Amino acid sequence: MTGAVGGYPVLTAIIITPILGALLVALVPARRPELARAIGFMASAATLGFALLMLWDFQTGFGGFQFVEHNRWFDSLGVGYIVGVDGFSLFMIIATAVLFPIGLLASAKIEHRPKAYIFWFLMLEGAIMGIFLSLDLIGFFVFWEAMLVPMYFLIAGWGSTNRKYAATKFFIYTAAGSAFLLAAALVLAFLHQADTGVLTFDYRTLAAWTGLSESTENWLFFGFMIAFAIKAPLVPFHTWLPDVHTEAPTAGSVVLAGVILKMGAYGVLRFGFELFPRASVTFAPLFLTLAVIGIVYGSIVAAMQKDAKRLIAYSSVAHMGFILLGIFSISVFGLDGAAFTMVSHPLTTGSLFLVVGMLYERRHTRDIDAFGGIWKSAPRLTALFLIATFAGIGLPVFSGFVGEFLSLLGTFAAHRWWAVVATTGVILGAVYMLWMFQRVFTGVPEGDNATMADANWREMAVVIPLLAFSLFIGLYPKPVLDRIEPTVKCVVRTFEMKTDLHRPAADRLDTSHVKGCR
Amino acid sequence: MIAIAAPRVDWYSIAPVVILVATGLIIVLFKAIARNRVRTYEPALVVGMMGLAAGAFFLMKQWSMVVDGGPSDAVAHMIALDGFSVFVGVVVVVSAILMLLLSTDYLAEHRIESRPEYVALVLFSAAGMLMMAGANDLIVVFVALEVLSIPLYVLAAYDRTRARSLEAGIKYFVLGAFSSAILLYGVALTYGATGTTSLAGIQNFLSTNVLVHEGTLIAGMVLLLVGLAFKIGAVPFHMWTPDVYEGAPSPVTAFMASATKVAGFAVLIRILYTALPQYSTDWRQLLFALAALTLLGGSIGALLQTDLKRLLAYSSIAHAGYILIGVQAGTVKGVQSALVYLFIYAFMTIGAFAIVVALGGRDDLHSIADLRTYGRRRPVIAALLAFFLLAQAGIPPTAGFIAKLGVFGAAAQAHSYALLIVGVVTSVIAAFFYLKVILTMYAAEDDGGATDDTCEPATEGVVARPSLGLPVATVLVVCVAMTIWIGVLPTIIIDFARDASLII
Repeated sequence: MTGAVGGYPVLTAIIITPILGALLVALVPARRPELARAIGFMASAATLGFALLMLWDFQTGFGGFQFVEHNRWFDSLGVGYIVGVDGFSLFMIIATAVLFPIGLLASAKIEHRPKAYIFWFLMLEGAIMGIFLSLDLIGFFVFWEAMLVPMYFLIAGWGSTNRKYAATKFFIYTAAGSAFLLAAALVLAFLHQADTGVLTFDYRTLAAWTGLSESTENWLFFGFMIAFAIKAPLVPFHTWLPDVHTEAPTAGSVVLAGVILKMGAYGVLRFGFELFPRASVTFAPLFLTLAVIGIVYGSIVAAMQKDAKRLIAYSSVAHMGFILLGIFSISVFGLDGAAFTMVSHPLTTGSLFLVVGMLYERRHTRDIDAFGGIWKSAPRLTALFLIATFAGIGLPVFSGFVGEFLSLLGTFAAHRWWAVVATTGVILGAVYMLWMFQRVFTGVPEGDNATMADANWREMAVVIPLLAFSLFIGLYPKPVLDRIEPTVKCVVRTFEMKTDLHRPAADRLDTSHVKGCR
Repeated sequence: MIAIAAPRVDWYSIAPVVILVATGLIIVLFKAIARNRVRTYEPALVVGMMGLAAGAFFLMKQWSMVVDGGPSDAVAHMIALDGFSVFVGVVVVVSAILMLLLSTDYLAEHRIESRPEYVALVLFSAAGMLMMAGANDLIVVFVALEVLSIPLYVLAAYDRTRARSLEAGIKYFVLGAFSSAILLYGVALTYGATGTTSLAGIQNFLSTNVLVHEGTLIAGMVLLLVGLAFKIGAVPFHMWTPDVYEGAPSPVTAFMASATKVAGFAVLIRILYTALPQYSTDWRQLLFALAALTLLGGSIGALLQTDLKRLLAYSSIAHAGYILIGVQAGTVKGVQSALVYLFIYAFMTIGAFAIVVALGGRDDLHSIADLRTYGRRRPVIAALLAFFLLAQAGIPPTAGFIAKLGVFGAAAQAHSYALLIVGVVTSVIAAFFYLKVILTMYAAEDDGGATDDTCEPATEGVVARPSLGLPVATVLVVCVAMTIWIGVLPTIIIDFARDASLII
């Protein structure tokens, strides 16, 4: 595959456009916030344009990497600048590109140092794009760490009351995980060098190498998995998530739930699986168990929350459980479902956070008990929230259903009892979401709730596209699955070749005829 | 009568040292002659800068000589001329230039007298460091160590109206003299065991003879290590560092943290790698303990600090630990990574201390809590401090990341996995205390208050807000530029260090 669409490297354009936009914003005088806003929005919109262009040219039925660019960076350490996109990263790029302009629109009311806010927000977008596109372990790590700084400043600068604690917690948790990631990546590359004489961090070369002893593979696998499990987050590494979600500004929460959480799952799919297939199979039951615990525990704790944002944060723990469940089922259906949920969850949870953000802007509280009867005073807002709730709990016709169904299907075929327990999460999800809806929106409005302003056109424009897209891929998932599935089949085929994985009869989809597998 | 054959002196190979000493002497003489009849500081500064520039020029010449003709030695094998000595020399000279720039406004603001001599002392100390970089004999190591240390003792106490500065000078002097004595003891024992003080001679002796009783040599090696560990501020020989760094005038601290450390590591690497390669299994174990203790001690110590300068002192201890990881690897790659780290570290740390200088303040103390309004009141200073702290934390795409990547890579290659784990864990601890400072500057500005600060003009800085002088601004620009440049395009510096470490 060539790296160019229409004669220029599109993936680099996707990474660099937001960063250039951020630098431009930094040059705008602080007295002109409207100019900074305009530049910021244009930069993120241009990024979306590049991403859609890439989506348009993305070849379906091809499981390998497309638009690959391979440049030297610092050779003496074997580090290159390698980017490429496949079925796993494609929709993460799209989701990121969609969520950032929406996040900027949703932040239009930020009056506190708007220029700096937009600067960090765009930097964050560039770093996240880099994470999903890098195929060099060091390049990936560079973006992975670089992402922390903008997110840290966004939480620390624009969060709510407890933001110092939340920002530090976020940074330290992630840095702790990624420290082990770096160590494991270095050890892997130097073991590869000792074996083959070539020092490289090119993930494709390392994935093709089979010289690791089984115990070393296990150790390195855990080095990587600590970073990903913290980010995902898997129980028991999830405790940073509710705090950070609660304190982060609305757009920060949207991006956090939408794409930053997916980085962990993406890391497992991309690096954990392909680099350490045997260890992945060996430890799959452990991670399945943690995923199931995450689903049930996250749902129960969500139901107990008094703070609306915290409730959605815990629901994210549960949803991420479904994603990891599908991933560690190591079946075509399960992986399809996980990758699909990774597309769907940003849409549904993003909408929920946006609507809660609107409620917060009106009342300056997120306490569920402080609301009530909003349906009467703000019907449009209520409608948005209700649809987002339905989409979030996985009602059929919405995207959440497709993802959860496929995840559970794949898991049921491979690891029946885990799927059985996990299914309770679907019911619990309906319980806590509908209960919150009932408490916030139904009843008789009193005090401020009775006079609450309804959603204006900007707020509608921010949420409706997300819900519409969720409905669209919920009704017609084929375009998404067509692009994900070849990569999924490639991964499953790798497992079949390199490990003694026994796929269940129900999951015997043919994996031998996919083009472009590594 | 014994005829003493004077060794042939190859002036080229000691030109930088000679030039710096000569320039220093000229400045001292000039001051002695001119007294207070004319302004003496500015001419002294110009002469000093010219001396450093000439030194840098001869280092370049030496580099091309080394590249063309390979490593050599001079003055009866006492001084080595190789890529390693040139690399270290470059870092020392650059640090000295930046340090003198930092000092200009600082000396005036703090009404420090005898400023021309200050310049001369910096030059003498830098000359000692250059000697140290090329020292190929344990005697030269000792002489160079004294030449670099004695001016530093004076410099640490230079702000003589301030008790803390005097205290720092005394402390540094007593402990420094103590460590020199230990080092000298080590030299003596090593000489006793091998019959020579020449590094090449020791290596030669050890490769052709097997020591029946290794005790003397091992003891000598340990004492040499201890003496140098004092200089580089490695735990448990670091006790002087926080007090001296805190008390000394900030530009001097910057110089001590960057150049002295570079010189100390240079001689440590040279002794271990050229004289004692046969004993690498022994010294690697010692360095393992030293590195692990230094990393943990520096990081955990930094957690408890409330003063910015002290925090930077502890962070410099932690950095010494990272560099020790590279040295401990015992490979060419290890040396290379240590050199890259030292180079990058010099810019990061001088940049951070430049901020301390720019913060101003009478007594040179900066409690971290006092920084709480800086995010708003002095946005440029705050942003730069945040930048240097993040760089020191090793966050990409700054040079700090390249530095850490190098030493961790060397450890991974040398199978020092335990040290690798200690390194990554302490880097998380380090991130925590760097963040604490950044958070204080940015997030504490309206604690408990409402969101009142909407783009107010930054005019309240009328209260004690010393302007950022041109020299300090220059230093900051250079340090920021280097930190970003190496972070994004590290190839040049990595290759430079590789050439320097291959030649050793």
